[in-house]
Amino acid sequence: MMRRGLLAEFPTGDALIAAVRALHQEGYSRFDAFTPYPLPAVQRLLGWRRSRINYIAAFFGLSFALGAYLLQWWTAARDYPVIVGSRPAYAAPAFVPITFEMCVLGTSLSVLAALFVIIGLPRLWHPVFAIPGFERATIDRFFLGVDESDPYLDRDRTTRALLDLGALRVSLLGEEAPPP
Amino acid sequence: MNLEPAIAAPVLIGRPSDEALTTQLLEPMWRGYTRRFVLALLVTAVGTLWLLFAAGYTVVRGIGVWGNNIPVAWAFGITNFVWWIGIGHAGTFISAILLLLEQRWRTSINRFAEAMTLFAVMQAGLFPLLHLGRPWFAYWLIPYPATMRVWPQWKSALPWDAAAVSTYFTVSLLFWYLGLIPDLASLRDRAPDRARRILYGIFALGWRGSARHYRHYRLAYGLLAGLCTPLVVSVHSIVSSDFAIAQLPGWHSTIFPPYFVAGAIFSGFAMVVTLLIPIRRFFHLENVLTKRHLENCAKLLLVTGWIVFYAYILEFFLAWYSGDTYEQYTHWHALLGGPNAWVFWLTLVCNCVVPQVLWSQTARTSEAILLVVAILINVGMWGERFSIIVLSLQRDFLTSSWRIYGPTWVDWSILFGTISFFSFLFLLFLRFVPFIPLSEVKELKSELVHEETGHHP
Repeated sequence: MMRRGLLAEFPTGDALIAAVRALHQEGYSRFDAFTPYPLPAVQRLLGWRRSRINYIAAFFGLSFALGAYLLQWWTAARDYPVIVGSRPAYAAPAFVPITFEMCVLGTSLSVLAALFVIIGLPRLWHPVFAIPGFERATIDRFFLGVDESDPYLDRDRTTRALLDLGALRVSLLGEEAPPP
Repeated sequence: MNLEPAIAAPVLIGRPSDEALTTQLLEPMWRGYTRRFVLALLVTAVGTLWLLFAAGYTVVRGIGVWGNNIPVAWAFGITNFVWWIGIGHAGTFISAILLLLEQRWRTSINRFAEAMTLFAVMQAGLFPLLHLGRPWFAYWLIPYPATMRVWPQWKSALPWDAAAVSTYFTVSLLFWYLGLIPDLASLRDRAPDRARRILYGIFALGWRGSARHYRHYRLAYGLLAGLCTPLVVSVHSIVSSDFAIAQLPGWHSTIFPPYFVAGAIFSGFAMVVTLLIPIRRFFHLENVLTKRHLENCAKLLLVTGWIVFYAYILEFFLAWYSGDTYEQYTHWHALLGGPNAWVFWLTLVCNCVVPQVLWSQTARTSEAILLVVAILINVGMWGERFSIIVLSLQRDFLTSSWRIYGPTWVDWSILFGTISFFSFLFLLFLRFVPFIPLSEVKELKSELVHEETGHHP
């Protein structure tokens, strides 16, 4: 979660990717990019692993399925069996549809919940929004952030390197006080 | 395997800059109210009020004001329910199944197709609620520890329906909203005044297009697409079980689940086309909604239309092959020549004859022809559900219990009321939400440019 560092504005996604590649080769590792649409190349270059949300979702999905099945079994076969047309009280095939639906419901809700917890949204204000011109990050500009904690970061040297790589502007992130 | 035809219209005409695309696609949100738009909004608002009146009248007087009565216990209510749910299915098909199949042409139409799903499922949900007669007891479908100690009957298809439809609505809403977040952020950053910047900013949840967010976001989006795919198949299969697990001739059939799913996607694509053509024309979006989109939707209409046609043939074959007198009577006499049989003939014309026009490429790419075909298919698919439900019920086992069904003014009011309500919601959606996925179209453009220049970063 990047709060302080340098933020460079690039006119195209390709320029941003080229900059990430160049800086990564020099040894920089703590980046974030802010772009109008995802650039899978950034993730590939930095060797970020695949998100683990699916494991969280699998746990909750299977729990919902199990819960739904047990609820149907307990209510229909144990607590208050209602026998209609001498059909068995414990009718496993009839329990399948609701079990499936609850599995999908549980998985979907947990995917969303896990996503928002992991990425820390909703969060209506963030230091990057204080950077002038950042509103174009969702329109047509590509911002590359180098985190303050990156051991290779040197404000002057890195700024020059970013400008040489085609950045239009480089701003200091997290220096100004947040707007009232 | 490359299934693209040798010559097809492009999915995106021209390569406008990201800035120009943003301006074009967000323009309808800032444009203000035009005279035509206000007129359409007023007409549909009046229709919605009429729906409220008819629904209120039904609740106050009881469901005796509808035309259905034993033996036709289900009629317009369930016909409309199945019709609306079916329409929703194409939205999920486009947004989830075509996403997993990496069909790029889905990009520009997925957002409004998903909105169509949500609004269609909302209409569908009204009918079972109203048909309860006492809608305030709808919560009885939820297993809660009641003082009477009884629980819902899980061996009935109706609790399955409640679980399927409510899950479908919830998951579709989440999927739609998740896809919308980056575009809401664009709206926030382009809003012309502070009030709208705050409003859209709240809905955008503080999205900033971070690569660290996209890494999880994309996986979550893909997971929801993967979940929607079996979900959409399950929903209409369960809806078809309402009929298939009953004993009634004409309903008691194992081919119902696949037959209903195909019919749902067929009718849903007809509705997508019905909405796509006016949007394309009205908002001048010929560069992002190209002839390719029209043609691909038309081809899907043709394919699913043939699956439906095949199911009709198979239904008659199975009636003959079963040797069951009642099945055969329902098919030979009740459907083909019984009371209200003209609806079945109309269905055959609309669903089996009319779509054959789409073998011609001229028809597939002509807005006027395609729109007429799509509207006729909407009518035909409504007729199909009416035929299955009413024509079978009118002629059940005992001659002494036969009764001919006729709808009342309340039935018609609710049907047209839901069409108005659906249109009203859809117009509001067009006014306030980016109905072409902005971020995805920009990404598609960048992919196309990279392919054309042979340069891959």
